[in-house]
Amino acid sequence: MRVVVVGGGPAGLAAADAAVRAGAEVVLVDSEPWLGGQYHRGTPQHADSRVRHLASSTVWAFEGLRLHVRSGPADSPHRTPHVLDADAVVLATGAHDRVVPFPGWDLPGVYTAGAAQALAKGQGVAVGRRVVVSGTGPFLLPVAESLVRVGARVVEVLEANAFGAWARYPGALANVSKLGELARYATVLGRHRIPVRGRAAVIAAHGDDRVTGVTVARLRPDWSVVDGTRRRIAVDAVCVGHGFTPRLELAVGFGCRLVGGFVAVDGTGATSVPGVYAAGEVTGIGGADLAAAEGAVAGAAAARAPEPPTRALRAVRRGRRFAEALAAAHPVREGRHGWLTPDTLVCRCEEVTLHDLDAALDLGAADVRTIKLASRAGLGLCQGRTCGLEIADLAAARLGHPLPDADAFHRRPLATPLRLGELADAPLLPEEDL
Amino acid sequence: MRITVDGEPHDVPPGRTIAGVLIASGRSSWRTTRAGERPRGVFCGIGVCFDCLVVVNGVPDVRACQRYPEDGDAVRTQHGAELPT
Ligand SMILES: Cc1cc2nc3c(=O)[nH]c(=O)nc-3n(C[C@H](O)[C@H](O)[C@H](O)COP(=O)(O)OP(=O)(O)OC[C@H]3O[C@@H](n4cnc5c(N)ncnc54)[C@H](O)[C@@H]3O)c2cc1C
Ligand code: FES
Repeated sequence: MRVVVVGGGPAGLAAADAAVRAGAEVVLVDSEPWLGGQYHRGTPQHADSRVRHLASSTVWAFEGLRLHVRSGPADSPHRTPHVLDADAVVLATGAHDRVVPFPGWDLPGVYTAGAAQALAKGQGVAVGRRVVVSGTGPFLLPVAESLVRVGARVVEVLEANAFGAWARYPGALANVSKLGELARYATVLGRHRIPVRGRAAVIAAHGDDRVTGVTVARLRPDWSVVDGTRRRIAVDAVCVGHGFTPRLELAVGFGCRLVGGFVAVDGTGATSVPGVYAAGEVTGIGGADLAAAEGAVAGAAAARAPEPPTRALRAVRRGRRFAEALAAAHPVREGRHGWLTPDTLVCRCEEVTLHDLDAALDLGAADVRTIKLASRAGLGLCQGRTCGLEIADLAAARLGHPLPDADAFHRRPLATPLRLGELADAPLLPEEDL
Repeated sequence: MRITVDGEPHDVPPGRTIAGVLIASGRSSWRTTRAGERPRGVFCGIGVCFDCLVVVNGVPDVRACQRYPEDGDAVRTQHGAELPT
């Protein structure tokens, strides 16, 4: 019985350990050189010694439960190909920041909150000297704290919804360790007298070839701008995050059913596709503890462990209540569309402006496929990872109905990029059959 | 470990990506876009957005935020869509 786990963050690590303890042969594939995923950056983690860890390895495609992998330096044409046959697969590919566009968001010096966090935590590098942090959700606090720790001056932290709103939802109290962690960050920000404002946001970034300043404004509950509250502040970096988007290409490729934009799983982490399990942020955003608990449950189930891990199951129930409180308190609101100007890029890769998108809609484009072909939005290098969700929302708001195929932005037959030469010489059979 | 970026030598501490090296040296952009020749650097920081592309030893389209350099790597700015040399 062989279980292949894709992703070595908190969820994938716990899944690999649980599956190996249940007696399965386990291969853990992760694209980073060190295990730990996004949360444990800078403090490498270790899997059970019986787990075979393929480091610096990305899963780029699969056929049935046969996975195609490349190992080696990122985007190098000289990586080693592997083909792995699995009896069960656990998808633990995590999430990336969601960022809603605003004028100037494509200027160098505008970073996702996660980018600032990864550079600070993982590499000790500050993205700027005078930094503003803006967006929604409790993640903004650890980001600001990490920036301070690596020597940046954080001028303001702006939360577009009510600040700390999630703490008022009943489920929030279900995660005591998270509350303690957030209180520690808040203390650090207080000590450095960093203003943390609710119902406010960076609504534009300015500069010629890099950011030199931003416009900040107060927001109504629907995120429309309160007139007369615009202020200009000088910064050399902006960090923005409006929650997270799951990394779904493998799950969508396998044909796993989605619910509300995440992989749908049952109580054991099983997806709608036999033999395919999912855990962590691909199934919902709830932080590292929940991801690890879900991983333990899914790993045990994938390896057909006789006993379900009851402690992990309890932690999953608690964590999901916390996640629901987070999602309810930190939505993105439609008033944000009013921050855009006709020449704001909505797709960064293909440099498609709001004006171009509107022109495509005027031509009658009313589904993802047609919008992509008519405007080129989502057809560039990132394959709609950055803009897909937002283009679908913008188009839906303008058309007055949701797009019939909004999930199509996640359809990427090649899950990670491959050079043509690599594709041409890709082995089709597993090592033992070659 | 040492690499060059557009001909300039840079010391690389262990565990730092090419993007980490460039940002720590004060740069915020090192690529231009294909259509508008707009400057770009890091955006997502974790390999998702493809904004941070550089040319490494003649090979274009390498994500600087994902690539841990090797001693002697020659890194340079990427201008629009480039072919390998
Ligand atoms: C940039 C960033 C920084 C974050 N920092 C923090 C933080 O400091 N504190 C906090 O509480 N939360 C943080 N988060 C939130 C974080 O997502 C969760 O707390 C937690 O890490 C989720 O665990 P996970 O196992 O579901 O996914 P992740 O930790 O995201 O792990 C997923 C792993 O899968 C790998 N992967 C994805 N696709 C493939 C593929 N095709 N082939 C091979 N490997 C693949 C990824 O490289 C990654 O290592 C951060 C999120 C992001 C995006
Ligand atoms: S910064 Fe997004 S891929 Fe490197």
